[in-house]
Amino acid sequence: MSWGYTINRARDIDMDRNDMTISKLILEKIPSLQGCIACGACVATCSTGALTKYSLRKVHTLVRRGEYSGLLDELNKCMLCGKCQLVCPRGINTRAVISLIKRELGDHR
Amino acid sequence: MARNNSWQEYQKDIADDKYFYVRSCIRQNFFPGSERVFLNILRNDLGLDVKEEAIHTSCTGIGYHSDIVPLETIMAVVARQFALMTEAGYENFISSCITSFGIYTEILETWHEFPETEERAREDLYKATGRVFNKPKNLAHTSDIIFHHREKIAQKAKFRLINSKTGEPLKVVDHIGCHYAKLFPKKGVGGSEFPYVIAGMVDSWGGDIIDYPERRHCCGFGFRNYLVKANRGSSVANSQKKFESMAPYKPDLIVGNCPGCSMFLDKWQYTIHEIEGVAYGENNRGIPTLTYEEMAGLVLGYNPWDMGMQMHQIDVEPLLDKMGVNYDPAEKYLGVNGEYIGRPEDASINTNCY
Amino acid sequence: MNKEVIIIGGGVAGMQCAISLAEMGVKPTIIEKSDKLGGKLNDWYKLFPTFTSASEVLNPLKDMINELGVDVKLSSEVTKLEPKSVTLADGTTMSADAIVICSGFEVFDARLKEEYGYKIYDNVITSVDLERMFCEGSVQNLDKNSPSRIAILHCVGSRDEKVCQTHCSRVCCVAGVKQAIELKELYPKSEIFNFYMDIRMFGCGYEELYKEAQIKHNIHFVRGRISEAAQTIDSKIQIKSEDTLIGRPLKMTVDLLVLMVGMSAGKSNNSFATTDGINLNTSGFISPKNIFTECVSSDVDSIFYAGTVTAPKNIGESITEGVAAAHKVAKFIKL
Repeated sequence: MSWGYTINRARDIDMDRNDMTISKLILEKIPSLQGCIACGACVATCSTGALTKYSLRKVHTLVRRGEYSGLLDELNKCMLCGKCQLVCPRGINTRAVISLIKRELGDHR
Repeated sequence: MARNNSWQEYQKDIADDKYFYVRSCIRQNFFPGSERVFLNILRNDLGLDVKEEAIHTSCTGIGYHSDIVPLETIMAVVARQFALMTEAGYENFISSCITSFGIYTEILETWHEFPETEERAREDLYKATGRVFNKPKNLAHTSDIIFHHREKIAQKAKFRLINSKTGEPLKVVDHIGCHYAKLFPKKGVGGSEFPYVIAGMVDSWGGDIIDYPERRHCCGFGFRNYLVKANRGSSVANSQKKFESMAPYKPDLIVGNCPGCSMFLDKWQYTIHEIEGVAYGENNRGIPTLTYEEMAGLVLGYNPWDMGMQMHQIDVEPLLDKMGVNYDPAEKYLGVNGEYIGRPEDASINTNCY
Repeated sequence: MNKEVIIIGGGVAGMQCAISLAEMGVKPTIIEKSDKLGGKLNDWYKLFPTFTSASEVLNPLKDMINELGVDVKLSSEVTKLEPKSVTLADGTTMSADAIVICSGFEVFDARLKEEYGYKIYDNVITSVDLERMFCEGSVQNLDKNSPSRIAILHCVGSRDEKVCQTHCSRVCCVAGVKQAIELKELYPKSEIFNFYMDIRMFGCGYEELYKEAQIKHNIHFVRGRISEAAQTIDSKIQIKSEDTLIGRPLKMTVDLLVLMVGMSAGKSNNSFATTDGINLNTSGFISPKNIFTECVSSDVDSIFYAGTVTAPKNIGESITEGVAAAHKVAKFIKL
């Protein structure tokens, strides 16, 4: 039977179902990532972010909530210029964060 | 389950007798016996005075919430309903629909806060019909009335919300409908977080109410949302979220407060099963979904087929069997004069095994 | 020179004010409604940001009170305040040359936020309950050896017009961070999520503690207010919020939900405000004469304030105000 519609999927971040393995591993390797205070300076200064929707702040927050879908493609937009690292007030090694997330999400495999 | 008495902080005044009754526009299609059962319970079982006027209309709430009926119009319609009450010599207005109850409550509040809107409604009504009105002394939803008299009904109970085979209380899910208490929590028994209007009936009649995590979540009716087919997937998704959340508790029945919610919670079970193959309830046959009048009627020993329960999407027989209610399966599809009204085709979730 | 000074309230501000006055040669009287000195500090376990035991602050104050022979009337409540006298619940009236109101705050009653189910669901507790459990050495239903998930919700009864609390209670941010660290240390296998709207680390060492919680203790911070809590079939708590930094709703089930209850205005403020010259602000705290230059003075010459009676404050600030009020009193009574 055709209903002409399908049942919408919930768009909430379901922390009971999300697989936190990669998230935990990344935080173990770079604990300083937890110190992000979401100031957005990294995004404000980002060359890629000026031209695309790429936001390192959002990407790593999603990773920390166990949401990985599409993030590798997002991170591939980064040119690794390093300006975000220069402006981060919490001294997060953002280039290491980007490389690590990419590796854990399947890059270089 | 957590027990709490926080509902007692939300007591509303409910009149004892002499009610002016207005019907819902859609209930008579989906739960066709409920309103008649309500009148019978009040008039015959409880000996109360309920006045009904054949010339009352829809409150136009569905049109209002679908952006078709403007505010001034609905105010004039509501003013006319109050005029009929006034002309009949009644002061206690009761409405058989949560949407309407929300509309009446909100309009009375609006008139209170912005008296010029009341003046405008009085003027519009007078110009259109020559009628004048008094505002109700007491406004209540019909479930408030059943709640108010729940102990008297309990005294006359022929059946209780108890599994007659095991002696265990039946597990009941209630759904009170957003516009019952989310707009004005103090106008609803128990407020919006721990509503007690149906839970109170269930407590008095022997059942156990289930306080499941998504108890307060909207059924997804939303008027504009379900009316447009392209949006209907989000309507169903809301009900589905509730079914998923209540499933672990293995409820024996769902009781709805609101016409739209009751319809959705009954019929979407079939829709979800057709679209995704997921069924809820015992033996994957769905969770029987009742109106509060039907629940009261069963408790008082009314014949389920006289109450129109054959019109439910989800078969009610498993519930009747649990309660020990006597019914004649052969009567299920006989109409008022014993005339065969036709048997629906098998649906995937409802294969006519009763 | 027998000047009488009455101090209403024997918490840290009142105690410090009494000590400072006594050191200047005045014999003040503390009127305390409960049966002991120390106020809320009696119920706290360790203090932010240094994890100093509450008793390390309280005991020296108590010792000084004893040493200086300050007159203390316990279990006495002021029912009527006049510029030069107070009347107690037992009917006695005491006259004074000056009065210092140090009557403090009330802990916000979390039951008013019905949607969190406090006192309905077993696994929803307040930050005050948690302090008591820390004092007792364990937290209900949490097992040291098995992983558990704990949510800490900031701003319960703060910044919330729905419960008539428009103000920020200030200290709960850092208290929530402190409690998260304490929970993590007691239950190392647990995962802790702090739900906040803003993190306001106003004091010395607070921001550093916040960073330590994030990086050293792996406490998760989610920017969003929990909209509702509901009990699941296995008595856990399902919570919903938005992760506002992502822009999507978020839900999770936790073993324990801790509500960071804010500071509400003291219950006695309303009766004090019937005296001319004593006025309340929107959240019910008493407004001082001038928030910059006269923050311990009222519009009544003989009435002074110290501590959280005028606004949410931390312990150090309350004690400092005790000293300041004592100084103002001394000047007023021409010591």
